[in-house]
Amino acid sequence: MTSKSLSDDKPVGVIGAGNFGSVVANLLAQHRPVLLYARDPQAVEHINTHRENRGHTMLANVRATSDLAEIANTCDVIFPIVPSQHFRSVIRQLSPHLHPYHILIHGTKGFDLTLPDGQSIENTAKLNRSQVKTMSEVIMEESVAVRVGCLAGPNLSKELAAGHPAATVIASHFNEVISLGKRMLRNDHFQVYGNNDTVGVELAGVLKNIIAIAAGALSGLGYGENAKGLLISRGMVEMIYLGRALGGNTKAFLGVAGVGDLVTTCNSSLSRNFSIGSRLAKGETLQEILATTDEVAEGINTIRIVKKCADYYKVRAPITNTLYQVLFEDLTVHQALRYLMRYPLNVDIDFI
Amino acid sequence: MEVVEKKNKNKKYKPILEDIPDWPVYQLSKNRKEFIESVAQKSIAQIKELRPTTKQLLDELQTTVYREQQRMKRNRWRVDPVDEPRFWASVKDELVGLDAKPPEEAQPKAEELLRRIVMRYAEEIAGNFKASSYKVTREVVKFWFARLLNGARVKKFGAFFRNRYTLRDKIHIVGKVKHLRNLASKGTVIMVPTHFSNLDSILIGWVIHSLGLPAFIYGAGLNLFNIKIFAYFMNSLGAYKVDRRKKNLPYLETLKLYSTLAIQKGAHSLFFPGGTRSRSGMLEKQLKLGLLSSTVEAQRSLYMETPPGEDVRKIFIVPVTLNYHFVLEAPDLIDDYLSVKGQERYLPEQDKYGSWQLLQFLFKFFTKGSNISVSIGRGLDIIGNYVDDNGNSLDAQGRVIDTRDYFVSDNQITIDKQREDEYTRMLSQKIVSEYHRINRVFASHLVAFVAFEMWQKMHAKLDLFGLLRLPEEDQVIRYEEFREACKRVRKQIYALKAEGKVYHATHLKGNIDLVIRHGLDNVGIFHLKRPLLLNKEGNVITKDFNTLYYYHNRLVGYDLEKFI
Repeated sequence: MTSKSLSDDKPVGVIGAGNFGSVVANLLAQHRPVLLYARDPQAVEHINTHRENRGHTMLANVRATSDLAEIANTCDVIFPIVPSQHFRSVIRQLSPHLHPYHILIHGTKGFDLTLPDGQSIENTAKLNRSQVKTMSEVIMEESVAVRVGCLAGPNLSKELAAGHPAATVIASHFNEVISLGKRMLRNDHFQVYGNNDTVGVELAGVLKNIIAIAAGALSGLGYGENAKGLLISRGMVEMIYLGRALGGNTKAFLGVAGVGDLVTTCNSSLSRNFSIGSRLAKGETLQEILATTDEVAEGINTIRIVKKCADYYKVRAPITNTLYQVLFEDLTVHQALRYLMRYPLNVDIDFI
Repeated sequence: MEVVEKKNKNKKYKPILEDIPDWPVYQLSKNRKEFIESVAQKSIAQIKELRPTTKQLLDELQTTVYREQQRMKRNRWRVDPVDEPRFWASVKDELVGLDAKPPEEAQPKAEELLRRIVMRYAEEIAGNFKASSYKVTREVVKFWFARLLNGARVKKFGAFFRNRYTLRDKIHIVGKVKHLRNLASKGTVIMVPTHFSNLDSILIGWVIHSLGLPAFIYGAGLNLFNIKIFAYFMNSLGAYKVDRRKKNLPYLETLKLYSTLAIQKGAHSLFFPGGTRSRSGMLEKQLKLGLLSSTVEAQRSLYMETPPGEDVRKIFIVPVTLNYHFVLEAPDLIDDYLSVKGQERYLPEQDKYGSWQLLQFLFKFFTKGSNISVSIGRGLDIIGNYVDDNGNSLDAQGRVIDTRDYFVSDNQITIDKQREDEYTRMLSQKIVSEYHRINRVFASHLVAFVAFEMWQKMHAKLDLFGLLRLPEEDQVIRYEEFREACKRVRKQIYALKAEGKVYHATHLKGNIDLVIRHGLDNVGIFHLKRPLLLNKEGNVITKDFNTLYYYHNRLVGYDLEKFI
């Protein structure tokens, strides 16, 4: 009913020229001109002259810029794809240029944490939802944009870039946003689904990072497919418990962004979360691992935050809790596994 | 021992529109006929859009007739017109056999029937504001209230005819009064108060008048029109009629369009968005979205239909909380609530009040303490942004937002029902959070909350219904402990106030013993069984757990429980 007349030559904005940002820009560029924001003027220059970014060949339709105001002024639809720790500050910079007609669909899987001065994630005992926000909530808090959605699903950048079949979910309270996102992203090997539970889908995308670390740990210990099946199914249950406590519905976790993404991440040895788990299992400590990687895996932060939320909301989360102990206290992966295998509660499914 | 109340600085306000003929509500009733016609036309168009095929339309009509006949059989009221059975019988007759005919033949006939039904509903709903009876009502109410007040309070011969006290001494209006007056002269105001008592609508009517605002239109339950004297007052106040028995599509659409179009025409309106009185005594958490959505729709239509170059009239939503020490119906309301919630675990006791109690209440209301306060919140636009005195919507950083942009898709205004439903939901959440923010805590709320929570804590193993079944005569709280808990909770209320999350009455400050005394003296003051009292030893006791629970609920939702 709405926006069927959306002119097809109006550019779409993508904020963040990272790996996933570049892939999304290319997906969008198949239908529309794309304006891609990169913070670094050199990167902008590089993309515009060499049509290349982080190993991705950028389509001719993509133009890079380092001017956020330009993005907001020329595009009605914007995809922010920025790491969660910078997300709020980027939206703050963008906010003065946004209007209520803007549609924002983000592709960031992580939490935003706002603590009072003098407190840090290390020294707060418990966290609740007034301090922990999803990215769509950050957009709503920081700007006048209300037509907000998110993009989540099993979307490994490499496979998407190679054109392998894949699917994603666009979640938004607004059907308008979903149908627009579908039209903009869909192609012959990319299927797009809609979901109305924005927070649920966002939570699924964030919480699965925890299970990805656990999957890495199991594989680091040399265990096979039975163990993985066990982890995925129990991990799923834990995600649902946590997700419901944090404001999502069960359904979102059973879809592409939930079980779909979970299976992919637990099988992909390429992801940072997975490799951290695997190295932990081989006996390295968190400090040792962090010393050798320049990028922080989203999952570590997630475990810290979610563990403290689980304490606050009194949710049973054995996998998260033991991983927390492995990462930040001195439990070994072996001990953690032994503990989990003896965990007394063994009802299979009790939430549907 | 009197707790010092800050001198009430409420003053009299000049009307913002001097002459009644300028009032939007007057305009509306003057052009009543045309207005009803346009409501009917739009409703018909809307219903036809929702039921596009002839078959669907006929099904809808048949359902409507069936339901109406059931209603007449089961639940007829005095106010229902006498020709009702005949009307529906004739519609039914004409519907017979229509679905067997080809659509080309049946469609015009069906539309004609639809038109008759919708016109009938629109006529029934439409208010009948009369300037003369508005004035009479206003003067009568003012005169008698003043007599009661002065006669009861000033203990001197002839006090009956003095004007030392007015209602303004009894009812405190606090909050954004000037802001509200500004908004009412700049755009259309939708006032959305909390709903605790049947007195609310009279109270709000008085507030609106005393703030110098023109009369607001208001959807009053048709059941109130059963009583002739009420019907007179309601009509004179610009009320339109809402019949909660009728749930059929043509009725609901007509009702909604009536309110939407009236708002569009600039009639200030009053909704109780909670739907009915709060049964539990809690501030409303879930609002009825139907009527709220008509504000969003009206604003969008105004943007669409106002000719270019002209200013678009903006709609402002103003949340209001009514704060009482005492709610007349509390025992019945809480009974309702508990029997729904507890089902077989709860057996209501019969303890009704009659008209004698009502009179007693009115007399006591005017003679004793027990003041009422009305807090006016800041105006919101149709999506829940705050507006400034000029009616500009502001974002969290104080930048001006063009509200029109909320309806824009690809540079033009579009109609998107789902989007507007979502906006309505956002608006309702904002209203709920504003209720909690502008709520004024009274000493009576504090003592009820603390006492109930203390009993709950003493009997941690009992659930709510177990607790309510405890024999009241055995329950005592030591005054010393009670006092300490009150102090802790009050401290937290101060902290919340500093964060802008709640307000409190001035009488909450000062010596805690006096505050507690004030609270105990006032909480549920006129009930036959008092919710809280001190016994001979000076400790706290209750005579009625249920009403105590009711008054306690007022402070639920602020996370105060952990300070007990």
